[in-house]
Amino acid sequence: MGLFILRRLGVMILTALCLTFVVFFLTNLYPNLEKLAKTQGNMRMSDEQVSSWLDNRGYTQPLPRKYAEWLGLAPGFTGVNSEGEATGRCLRPGVDPAKAPTFCGILQGDWGYSTVFKEPVTTIIGIRLGLTAKLMFWVMVLMVPSALLVGVLAGMREGSRTDRTLSTASIATTATPEYVSGVIFIALLASSRFGLSPILADAGLIEGKTLFKGTATSAMESANFENFFLPVLTIALYGMGYIARMTRASMAEVMTAQYIRTARLKGVSFRNIVMQHALRNALIAPFTVIMLQLPWLLNGVVIVETLFNYKGFGWTLVQAAGNNDIELLLGVSVVSVFVVLITQLLSDIGYVFLNPRIRIS
Amino acid sequence: MEPLTWFGAYAGFFGTFLAVFATMAVIAGLCAALLSLTGSSPRGSFSLFNGIAVLTLLVVGIGYIYNALSPALSGGMELAVLGKILLGLAALGVFAAMLSVFMNTFFDDPAATMGWFFGLALKLIGVTVLLWLGYTLLFAGSGFRDQLAAMDPSAVPTGEDLAQQERIAVMQGRGILASIVMRFMPVWIAIAVLFAVSIRYKRKLGLYGKLFDNAIGMFGFALVMFWVFTAAFNGFFDMIATHAPLDQASGMKNKVPGTPLRGAELAEYPYYLLGGDNLARDVFSRMVTGSVIVIMIAPLATLFAFMVGITLGLPAGYFSGPALRKGSLGMVATAVVFALATLAAGLGGGISNFLMLGVILAVLFVLMFRASLDTVLSFLANLILAFPVILLFYLLVTPEIVETGLPQYMAIVLFIFPIVFSGVLISSRFQTDPKKNRFWLTVVLVPLAIIYAVTISAPDTQINLFGPLDFFNPAPGVLVVFVSVVFVNSPTVFRIVRGLALDIHSRDYVAAAQTRGEGPWYIMLWEILPNARGPLIVDFCLRIGYTTILLGTLGFFGLGLPPESPDWGSTINEGRKLLSIYAHPALPPAFALLTLVLGLNLLADGLREESLKD
Repeated sequence: MGLFILRRLGVMILTALCLTFVVFFLTNLYPNLEKLAKTQGNMRMSDEQVSSWLDNRGYTQPLPRKYAEWLGLAPGFTGVNSEGEATGRCLRPGVDPAKAPTFCGILQGDWGYSTVFKEPVTTIIGIRLGLTAKLMFWVMVLMVPSALLVGVLAGMREGSRTDRTLSTASIATTATPEYVSGVIFIALLASSRFGLSPILADAGLIEGKTLFKGTATSAMESANFENFFLPVLTIALYGMGYIARMTRASMAEVMTAQYIRTARLKGVSFRNIVMQHALRNALIAPFTVIMLQLPWLLNGVVIVETLFNYKGFGWTLVQAAGNNDIELLLGVSVVSVFVVLITQLLSDIGYVFLNPRIRIS
Repeated sequence: MEPLTWFGAYAGFFGTFLAVFATMAVIAGLCAALLSLTGSSPRGSFSLFNGIAVLTLLVVGIGYIYNALSPALSGGMELAVLGKILLGLAALGVFAAMLSVFMNTFFDDPAATMGWFFGLALKLIGVTVLLWLGYTLLFAGSGFRDQLAAMDPSAVPTGEDLAQQERIAVMQGRGILASIVMRFMPVWIAIAVLFAVSIRYKRKLGLYGKLFDNAIGMFGFALVMFWVFTAAFNGFFDMIATHAPLDQASGMKNKVPGTPLRGAELAEYPYYLLGGDNLARDVFSRMVTGSVIVIMIAPLATLFAFMVGITLGLPAGYFSGPALRKGSLGMVATAVVFALATLAAGLGGGISNFLMLGVILAVLFVLMFRASLDTVLSFLANLILAFPVILLFYLLVTPEIVETGLPQYMAIVLFIFPIVFSGVLISSRFQTDPKKNRFWLTVVLVPLAIIYAVTISAPDTQINLFGPLDFFNPAPGVLVVFVSVVFVNSPTVFRIVRGLALDIHSRDYVAAAQTRGEGPWYIMLWEILPNARGPLIVDFCLRIGYTTILLGTLGFFGLGLPPESPDWGSTINEGRKLLSIYAHPALPPAFALLTLVLGLNLLADGLREESLKD
């Protein structure tokens, strides 16, 4: 087991290195750097000005060297700009150039400086990740129990009308991407001129103009049912169908097992069979699915945060990628890649621990 | 001109019936649900219902106390509301208990009785809707002649004016929904013919025929074919859409569904059926035209992803042992490909790129003598899979990256797989018959190679092989979108095919083929692949749906296709900006995408069920 985890960790670090290198390569292509120079410096810069701007800041060094600097294996670039001021990778506004460290890469804990938000990357990612964690927590709270309930109800009598209805419903939720369900929810529940809200407002059942809020910006400070339910529901719904289907399949399989039949023949009531004999065994498989769902939800988080203007991690990804904020984008990709890899590792380990058949062999 | 109403002139008459049946359905459904929860025997095992009730009461009670303790806390529900919920629950409980007792004295199985009533109400609703639709379509505008007859003869319009007025009168009678149904008439006819023929001959049609034994699969297939036919009729014959997708009409900005087109000419469709968007374009026509883009790209991109996945996945699952052996043909081929790639990188990006790629590929080359093909390819696939899809899109599809020609380079690599696949497929089949082999290879590979070369090269880009002779160029952005979607989908397909190949590898018929002395590629493509077709067909359907979702995601972030493109993702993106004020431009494309993906998912489900039956 220890060796297995160690090997997985090794592969994980190799994967992370490869992926960050790919991101690094793509963000450092010349047209991207040119755009960066023009947005940071001056929109009307000539080609020579652009190349000298990039030269001064070390962007024109060979790619492996720049990557090593970012990692913290090579000393950070230092140079002088056209006005004779010192420039460099490790310099921060308001810090004496002489006191700046020589190495400043992620190995030194320095993730760089965002050119869009004008803040250290670590600070931004910390705050944004916290906000997204809040969103994800509520998504999990809503998604996991309801998905398991739907799956168990559908799977306990395979082929019944309940099963068919619930299965079709879960297929429908997996067929509804977040940008579709989010748009439908906003239009039906959070529009002051369309859908349910005007009817309810006319009848005096709701105080405000709309039932829910169409943006979740205010949820960043104080989340409540009104401004946070729709984004949470939107993400949860898309992930729910898949977990429910897995639970259903696993439940249906368990229900045909020998020991269930034995219990039935002994006269145990159906309810007791489901609650005491089937449920626990049926919930092993969905565990892995739920774990593997986490990185998949990241996609939904990006869409929903953009749609509802909730300034979390996904929103930051879009901002960083849209403005070619190289170091922020690299930070974001490191975090998201690690989230993916760690959940894969955890689900593998968890599966081994939960399933005695694998644990013993 | 009056704006169109949703249901047309005959809504009132049928609406009354509909309201009655809907009320019946709601009551019967609620009663059935309550009765089945409370249990049907007279002793009434209330436990499940009680459990839910107690749990809800607990939650409400805790909320009540929480609110009472901290009245200043924001976001808490008002006490009055909680009280209402409590009262409602209590009333529901009492009602359920009374209903249970009451019904038990009359029926053996009250829940089933109520369920029957519920089903009956649903059927009646369906019949009413059909009757309304038929009546509206047949008789709309029938009053127009009477109206004319009653008019002063000198005021009666003539010629084209008369035709136009009659057309408008008919549309007024139909309303928006029936007009849309009418607009899709070619699609309905095509679906009806297809289904009639398929059901008639379903016993002779294999797996496709068996699909028609499965209600859900049939429904999914109908949804899919609806959009396929819509795209076909719109793309080839310019039917169905009422206006051009980019036409702007004055005064139609953000207008609600059914608004008449101001100053419509005689040849023009006089209404915007689903309203106008924020640039005064017709939402309905844009939705219909958008289906052409989606139906063209999604299945083809999925097919390409499958070619890539199959070509790489089969050998990964079939060959064990090191990927390369000293002096083998594979070693030479790999070395040549790697050297060429390094050289190309050097020519394109200078000495540092040359060295970098050279080192990476050299390490990979050496590794391939130790590790199996499976390990190397699986690592690469996992690498792509670990990337968040949206980040990948942002990195590949932005205009700056497109300018560098990177998507085209990726197209060079990815588009070669269909050629390799068909080449290997043919040559492994006709290995013993060189004459046939040469013939088929020429017939298939030469056109494919020409299409390949013409597709990847485009004027005014990094790769421009033919200049003015280049006869095929995809619309701007399409190639980029296509490549990135194929790239994202291939690793998953690779994993599935690899798993299937690993599984089938140990079957007897594979061993038999090996004993016969068949080559490895023959076994992979003509023994393993046909036997893996069941799961692959199902996954193909699912994956088209997923590709549609990915295309929508690209459009939603405004990546790839130009912003005025009518594809569904871009239209949703346009519409969402004013969503809380004008909901109508964003909803039709959203529902269109939803129905297509839902159809594909249901179709896959039906196929899976039917293929498992034998």
